[in-house]
Amino acid sequence: MNAPRGRLRLADGLALGVVGLRARRMRSALSALGVAIAIAALVAVLGIAASSKADLLGQLGEEANLLTVAAGQTFTGNPTPLPTTAESMIAAVPPVREVTAVGNVPSATVRRSAAVPAIQTNGISVLAAQPSLLRTLSARLLSGRFLGALAQHYPETVLGYSAAQNLGINVLGPQTQVYLGGTYYMVVGVLAPVSVAPEIDDAALVSFPMAAGLGLDGRPTRIYLRADPDQVAAVAAVLPFTASPAAPEAVEVRRPSDVLRARIAAKTTFVGLFLGLGAVALLVGGVGIANIMVISVLERRGEIGLRRALGARARHVAAQFLLESAALAVLGGIAGVALGSLATAIVARAGGNPFSMPASAPLAGLAAALLVGAVAGLYPATRAARLAPADALRTL
Amino acid sequence: MSTVLELRGVAKSYPPPTAVTALRDVDLRVRVGQTVAITGPSGSGKSTLLNLLGTLERPTSGVIRVAGADTSAMTDRQLSGIRATRIGFVFQQFHLLEHLTVLDNVATGLLYRGLDARRRRAAAAVAIEQVGLGARGRHRPAQLSGGERQRTAIARAVAGRPAVVLADEPTGNLDTTTGGEIITLLAGLASPDTTVVVITHDPSIAARMHRQVALRDGRIVYDSAPS
Repeated sequence: MNAPRGRLRLADGLALGVVGLRARRMRSALSALGVAIAIAALVAVLGIAASSKADLLGQLGEEANLLTVAAGQTFTGNPTPLPTTAESMIAAVPPVREVTAVGNVPSATVRRSAAVPAIQTNGISVLAAQPSLLRTLSARLLSGRFLGALAQHYPETVLGYSAAQNLGINVLGPQTQVYLGGTYYMVVGVLAPVSVAPEIDDAALVSFPMAAGLGLDGRPTRIYLRADPDQVAAVAAVLPFTASPAAPEAVEVRRPSDVLRARIAAKTTFVGLFLGLGAVALLVGGVGIANIMVISVLERRGEIGLRRALGARARHVAAQFLLESAALAVLGGIAGVALGSLATAIVARAGGNPFSMPASAPLAGLAAALLVGAVAGLYPATRAARLAPADALRTL
Repeated sequence: MSTVLELRGVAKSYPPPTAVTALRDVDLRVRVGQTVAITGPSGSGKSTLLNLLGTLERPTSGVIRVAGADTSAMTDRQLSGIRATRIGFVFQQFHLLEHLTVLDNVATGLLYRGLDARRRRAAAAVAIEQVGLGARGRHRPAQLSGGERQRTAIARAVAGRPAVVLADEPTGNLDTTTGGEIITLLAGLASPDTTVVVITHDPSIAARMHRQVALRDGRIVYDSAPS
């Protein structure tokens, strides 16, 4: 006669992992809390870092293919001009998509009116700009319009964000004027901050023909260009010679997105540190669960003996305690993900950043909790399974 | 009549530090449908004998057959299967799960047979009626009297219609009147399919069984109806 088989249904086995927790709610909640706090910390660190980076990353994505070309500075600190041919030569490089040039008018100052002393320049420079500047720099106008056809022949200016603030110009009226290079210019627009070209923020922009009247010889001092994103490095390599065949060594090529990248890297440095602290907290939570499970096994010797008498195999008993430990940690993990997301939302709101949670953060949090629970349950589960049934039953 | 439990030349000794020989050369055959009382002073080997019959322990030597199957070479899995399907246990300490209702405690007796929850509960409901606890199915152990708790444990033992019910001092924690009722209930479980073995030190309880077996120092010193 064959021995009859006992077996435990999968669903019943899984239910056994939770029934012990329900029987000791307070204790389960407290030991899950340790893991919850650790997971909340981990998720919040990742979420807060992602939220504060989301803004910069958004700009980085847009600006990665932007390059600037300039030719160093003179002794007096004014930019040296590039050759007149530079812009058209650069535009002829095939991967270059858009080009715009600005020319620094060294002698001109900008004041609110002629009554303001000439030395109060507020650090505002006068730049000759082309209509293509807006598109090339992805710049936005806070108000008004950009330099158009009229500006080529009439005194019109567009102010950079900081320049407008320094001049105290908040609202544009039909009569808003500034005293620029000895005449009054109509302010027709104000730009939003341009993070990739902060020099624009401190400038008053005029057209090249008008700048010629202010003493600009038509040579640009800085050229902005956008290249095919896959060819940025190759374009950067040929730019010095293209821009100034006579003196390529004097040409500076910059990639403004490098600045953004550095700011992101600075933010990321702390993430590693805080993640390490969160991992330590998680370890402590895991030790707490292991502790509580060992106590549970000691307390439930009678139950273990009973289950063996009812036909549970050693591995059924092990699975029950392992599942219980894992369930405890996962419950803590779920609570932790919720808490961490909440903390991220609050911090992002307070800091004015968009809420951003990398999908991997909650998943990694839950996986870490599950792993910690399983590892913490290993030893107690083994102990429970190794108990001799007859000994276990003898205990009261 | 066929034999449901058989011990041949069974000895059990424990390794150091205890180094006790609990049973020596025990031969015992129990026929289907019998009620057997195993008596003896404490330390005589009664509990060891019951644990061996229940496959909770393995003998040091000898052969034990439960419902026709030789258990000596069985794996943990096979022994667990024997316990799940052939044997029902009743303990002195009841061993009820406090957080479960009476019905769920009884249904737990069938958990390791692989039956689904609905069928476990249906069988449990029948067993609860059988032990006279029909109205108590939704109560928890803490709400029951001692006698009711032991009835719950008996219902759990018989819910799966095992071939053998093993009871270890089932009245040890009960007063005399309640204990008498429990013994009546256990004795009444004997049927052409069910054998009942009760361990007791109480001669009046032993007298209520078909057959009395007395142990002393690990040996059978008296058997009222050897077979």
